[in-house]
Amino acid sequence: MGGANRRIARTGLSILAVVVAFVLLWEGYKLIWTAMGWENPVSPDDRTMPHTWDIFLTLLRPAQRNGPPFILVELKAALMTLREAFVGFLIGGAVGFGLGVLFVRSTMAERAFMPYVVASQTVPIIAIAPMVVVWGGRIDLPQWLSVSLIAAYLTFFPVAINTLRGLRSPQPTAMELMRSYASTGNETLWKLQVPAAMPYIFTALKVSAAASVIGAIVGELPAGLRGGLGRDLLQFSQQFTAAPEKLFAAVLIAGLAGIAFVGLVTAVEHRWVQANRRLIT
Amino acid sequence: MSSSVVEARGVGKTFGTGDGQIVALSGIDLQIHQGDFISLIGPSGCGKSTLLRLIGDLVSPTTGTLVVNGKTPGQARLDRDYGIVFQSATLLDWRSVQKNVELPLEIMDFPSEERPARAREMLDLVQLDAFADHFPWQLSGGMQQRVAIARALAFRPSLLLMDEPFGALDEMTREAMQQEVLRVWRETGTSVVFVTHSIPEAVFLSTRVVVMSPRPGHISDEIVVDLPRQRDQDTREQSKYFDLVIEVREALRKGEKGGGAL
Repeated sequence: MGGANRRIARTGLSILAVVVAFVLLWEGYKLIWTAMGWENPVSPDDRTMPHTWDIFLTLLRPAQRNGPPFILVELKAALMTLREAFVGFLIGGAVGFGLGVLFVRSTMAERAFMPYVVASQTVPIIAIAPMVVVWGGRIDLPQWLSVSLIAAYLTFFPVAINTLRGLRSPQPTAMELMRSYASTGNETLWKLQVPAAMPYIFTALKVSAAASVIGAIVGELPAGLRGGLGRDLLQFSQQFTAAPEKLFAAVLIAGLAGIAFVGLVTAVEHRWVQANRRLIT
Repeated sequence: MSSSVVEARGVGKTFGTGDGQIVALSGIDLQIHQGDFISLIGPSGCGKSTLLRLIGDLVSPTTGTLVVNGKTPGQARLDRDYGIVFQSATLLDWRSVQKNVELPLEIMDFPSEERPARAREMLDLVQLDAFADHFPWQLSGGMQQRVAIARALAFRPSLLLMDEPFGALDEMTREAMQQEVLRVWRETGTSVVFVTHSIPEAVFLSTRVVVMSPRPGHISDEIVVDLPRQRDQDTREQSKYFDLVIEVREALRKGEKGGGAL
């Protein structure tokens, strides 16, 4: 109990230390560059680099006259984006896992489809997103689900690649052992290959959690979906010259949303590791 | 009297095709009877592991006929006629010792209420009953290998295949493990095929030592070990034991000279 508390305290302290260090660097840069009259690489003036406290105060000020504070509005937007990201993450995770299993089962399928799986990730998401939105609209898909599909597009790839790698990770003798038991392909998959692949899959899920948030934010733009982070980020970037601190504040929230999601996956992973030790003991 | 567990006639194995062909084994004639403890010994490249894998249907012969328990090796494997132990224990590290021993029982659809008792019994046999709830990484190399033996015997196969199982162990542990495997062999009546490159180990364990030579892998000699089945540390100091060790060593040297085929 004490150990857990101390660990949380230490984590909190290290996070705080990083924040303080970042603020010092940011403000120090502004101070020195202003004093020296330097303009490169980034101009230190308040229109380009607002003061950290201005960004922080923006979070607390109302987003609109007499409205709720900016932070509440944006957290609500983040929650909506996270929901789309989460659904996309689940879809992409399932598709990725399925592809990994298919490829480990059939070298032919791997040879036939792997090039397209890899190629799919070289197509920019901003080209894919409008297509998904238009096609989704044709079949009366809810807009948020189209956004989720765009998130899934970014999510499935790391999961597929790492699942495949993980399923192939058991030693050759372990596979021979299963063969000596006259084990079926399914039993070998579930009793040997999938458990062996879990660390690989969790690593992929952490990458995918972050990617799914990006996918959802980008996907909200062509979907014209209101209320999420994507629309707000676009709006604030258009207002950047007038109110740069708003964009920075929104980016901060978007970053926190991604961190929260990755943190959730990490927590599930810890749970899984512990449960699996305990379950059998 | 005793029935044949393994019967090989003119068995050969060639790996690869075309220019890259490697003849791993050729002209193998071998008969193993119920209750035998057979060691396959020879320098690396003599195909002893390949022969073991042929018996286990982990690879298929290119030529000749191989019969295991009166069936094709493939059918014997499907009938779960043999258990196998590799040089590395190959335990699943997310499973407890007990659950590792239960793995073959799960795959072979043993009733779930029978499995724990069966696993306990096997852990008893290799004297690891106190470690049932431990995880593989908490055990020494020798203990891990004993778990692998318990796992291989859990479904009571009539044949136990062992591929240099003690190769990675230190000398002290190795000798203890040899005693252990002899005891298990006597208590279960399982036939054993044991691949090794240690001459004393082969003599100490076996009822018969099969000497193999490379290029291409073949059997160059067979030496019957007529020591009593009950063997212990004193056996290692008997002159009969030394004579047999010398006999196997000379057979290996002769095989090497003859096998060069230059």
